[in-house]
Amino acid sequence: METIVFSLLNGVIYGLLLFMLSSGLTLIFSMMGVLNFAHASFYMLGAYFAYTVTDATSYWFALIFAPILVGLVGAGVEKWGLRRVHANGHVAELLFTFGLAYLIDEVIKIVYGRNAVDYRVPEALDFPLFTLYGAQYPAYRIFMLLVAVAMLVALWVLLKKTRAGLIIQAALTHPHMVGHLGHNVPMIFMTVFGVGCALAGLAGVIGGNYLVTDPFMAAYMGPIVFVVVVIGGMGSLEGAFVASILLGLLQTFAVSVDASFADLFGWIGLSSATEVGRITIAQLAPMLPYLLLVLILFIRPRGLMGEREL
Amino acid sequence: MTDMTQDYADLAPSASAKFYGRILPILLFALLVVVIPFLGPSRTMYSLLNVMAINIVFALSYNMLLGRCGLLSFGHAVYYGLGGYCAVHAMTFIEAGTSPFWANFPVFGLPLVGFAGGALAGAIIGWPSCRRAGTPFAMISLGVAELIAAAGFMFLSFFGGEMGVSGDRMNGPQLFGLSMGPVEDVYWFMAFWVVAGLLGMYAFTRTPLGKLSEATRDNPQRVQFIGYDPTRVRYLVFIAAGAFAGMAGGMSAVNYEIFTPEAVSLIPSGFVLIMAYVGGIGYFVGPVLGAVLLTFMQSMLSDYTEAWLLYLGVLFISIVMFAPGGLAGIVFGLAHTARHGETGTVLKRWGGQAAGIGLALAGLIVLVEVSTRWSNGYGEVFEPFGLHLTFTNPLTWVLIVVPFAAGVAILRRLSREEDPA
Amino acid sequence: MTNALEITDLRKSFGPAQIINGVNLTIPRGERHAVIGPNGAGKSTLFNLVSGLFAPSSGSVRLNGEEIGGMKPFLINRRGLSRSFQVSNIFAKMTVRENVRCGVLHSLGQGYSFWRNIGSQRDVQEKTSAVLEHCGLIDKANTPAALLPYADQRALEIAITIAGGAEVILLDEPTAGMSHSETDRAVALIEKATEGKTLIIVEHDMGVVFNLADRISVLVYGEIVATGTPEQIRNDPKVREAYLGEDVEDAA
Repeated sequence: METIVFSLLNGVIYGLLLFMLSSGLTLIFSMMGVLNFAHASFYMLGAYFAYTVTDATSYWFALIFAPILVGLVGAGVEKWGLRRVHANGHVAELLFTFGLAYLIDEVIKIVYGRNAVDYRVPEALDFPLFTLYGAQYPAYRIFMLLVAVAMLVALWVLLKKTRAGLIIQAALTHPHMVGHLGHNVPMIFMTVFGVGCALAGLAGVIGGNYLVTDPFMAAYMGPIVFVVVVIGGMGSLEGAFVASILLGLLQTFAVSVDASFADLFGWIGLSSATEVGRITIAQLAPMLPYLLLVLILFIRPRGLMGEREL
Repeated sequence: MTDMTQDYADLAPSASAKFYGRILPILLFALLVVVIPFLGPSRTMYSLLNVMAINIVFALSYNMLLGRCGLLSFGHAVYYGLGGYCAVHAMTFIEAGTSPFWANFPVFGLPLVGFAGGALAGAIIGWPSCRRAGTPFAMISLGVAELIAAAGFMFLSFFGGEMGVSGDRMNGPQLFGLSMGPVEDVYWFMAFWVVAGLLGMYAFTRTPLGKLSEATRDNPQRVQFIGYDPTRVRYLVFIAAGAFAGMAGGMSAVNYEIFTPEAVSLIPSGFVLIMAYVGGIGYFVGPVLGAVLLTFMQSMLSDYTEAWLLYLGVLFISIVMFAPGGLAGIVFGLAHTARHGETGTVLKRWGGQAAGIGLALAGLIVLVEVSTRWSNGYGEVFEPFGLHLTFTNPLTWVLIVVPFAAGVAILRRLSREEDPA
Repeated sequence: MTNALEITDLRKSFGPAQIINGVNLTIPRGERHAVIGPNGAGKSTLFNLVSGLFAPSSGSVRLNGEEIGGMKPFLINRRGLSRSFQVSNIFAKMTVRENVRCGVLHSLGQGYSFWRNIGSQRDVQEKTSAVLEHCGLIDKANTPAALLPYADQRALEIAITIAGGAEVILLDEPTAGMSHSETDRAVALIEKATEGKTLIIVEHDMGVVFNLADRISVLVYGEIVATGTPEQIRNDPKVREAYLGEDVEDAA
């Protein structure tokens, strides 16, 4: 029972973190047709910026300014880089963001070094919030939950209640419409890209100290976010949400399961002496997103909630 | 002779055009490969050349997907790695010599084992992957690569865990009198297979399937209306590309005598993408140029600077942004303008461009080199030409900003002149 | 003798929008049949249903008596039905000759072969040059398709369509955007290329339609309101209504 409750909480928090990344990716993809390979690198930038800002001022400043900074970097990348490549098609754009991810990785390694930096949970939040079944639950995780939910609500209000949101929504379902928005398309693209990157940056700010802030965090998170977007259905925010939570829970639960394949499939004669039998579910956790990806592609190629097959 | 065959003869390239355009370059390449050992290269040079051979085959196989079929893969090293693992396992079978088949199998032929392994892996993994093209295909390739990379640390009997699987190439029957021990022997092995791989992949572009692959790249919808299934075309090309990648893996297995799960990870997959693209995916020779340059950079530049990967990233992004034809595109473009343009103006523009790129690069190099030393914190200082460039020295910043700004200004001006609109 | 094409109660809707609303059409072998109608009547959708780009919502399409509704495009093509597109739909980076050669491959049983040199397949080369000759593209055989002038791209579009030797040819506005002299050239090409074959053509230029077609069908809002010889169509009051009387009389 205890494991279940804790895994549930942790899984939801991890899932919301994934959604912060995948929502930005989905917005950018739906509006611009660009799959931002460097999306997780902006998440990493968010964490590192937050580390630097926290050092100079305080965590609360970082919480506000680091995502804005990341958003500005993103907008700059769109204006001076991506826009140039746009004419050469989507593959060129994808390759550009691939190169960008490479570059950001290397710059981070040079500026901050190859080892993890000491980006910590702020002291004001570094205490156990409640005790459940004799185990303490850190307050910072609940704080993450709150920030993520606040972001979710803000995004929802933006999409459902504002004019800009209506345009974005329309563009999600009718991508060709974006071209008819009038003369301001470049501005809209830059803003969307910037906001998407800022969301990833925010995820970095609150996730960097919860997980770990090192130059490999982008390479670890990037593919998982892609999987989320494919499973959810490319271009569907609802799908991205469902898939994020699903993956968050799945991975968190898998880690806490101690059973091996032999325990599970013993009834069909799989013995724990064999190699396959010795694999535990916990070991399998990092593979699960990708297994799910292959599975989804077989049964439902457009993803859970995707409307268009791309 | 009927009129029809007359037309045909007029249409197809003439025999001499075919010779100069197709056969001669391959002959020259083969000749170069044969001549090199007589120039007395050093051991280091031999090792470098051997790695180049592997990378040429690998990059060409990658371009069967990206350049010739329009499939952007982020996981091509999976087939290289699986092929290589098959070859390295075969090497241990040869060493054990218990089965009559393997006991009589020469190490020289191991790339064939890799070829078969890569093809098999391509046939299995390609089945779900090739149902989609474009961006979804790219993402699936990434997911599959992660899956295999994770499996690499789980299935010890095949992947050998972190230690990998190692073998010894000096076993089994000898072919062509090569003991495969010294690096010179390995060179002849590489020479044979790089030419074979190049020939094989070039021949592939000349087959009906090769042409259909290009048609599928250009317009998959129309392919359906000339009686072909684009999914099938992609799948078959995918298998072929996997096979040649596996062949490169087999060459690598003989070269290093070990394979570790690193080989199936995203890092070599990204590297082969960069090699092919920097070389030029629109030209058959492009990936060859890219493989030669990047192998050289990897082994030489990494001795001089620890930021070589950063330079590689800058090179890649610059190519994507400013020269999508890659190195081959630049070379053929220059040759074309030299032949058709006015030599004076052309030379002036090249000079300007070279100066602009050089200046911008100089500024960038100073920045990067000073930064790496500062961030290491060992108190080391970048000292080119006797200068003492620290992070606080104002001269450092002058040397960063001035050349960079000047270089960019020159390049902007040139591009405005070229394209007044 | 079976008919080349039999369309029975064909329907297609996209969500709530009914685009094709119960089309019935029978086209005997060897006929040149034109489909006309105002913009948005569903002419291109009809072609897309017959050629397999879209699957019908209901109804049947028979090619030489065999049901092909909902089949994949490449399977329909292999059964002898080939189509062109309204916007040039060619292999842009390949040369004109390579474009046509790809169109020829399947009909000569080349399949997906990777063990043959395409350059030494004599029948492939001969058929390719015959088609190029036919379509007046032989001089431009080695030009990359993307660099062709517009009229030649349209000719290439037709060349790829007929290259496989299909018995039933669907042409979607082959003369759209052409000048008068170019149109005349295109009509001559179409007549020559579809000699002895079944042709179904969607066309806006009434001159071309009345010149070329044995019979004409008028499609309005996804339904065929009239089918008949050019003479009958010209005098049909329903057609006059659909076209407000103008185009048809001008053409006549």
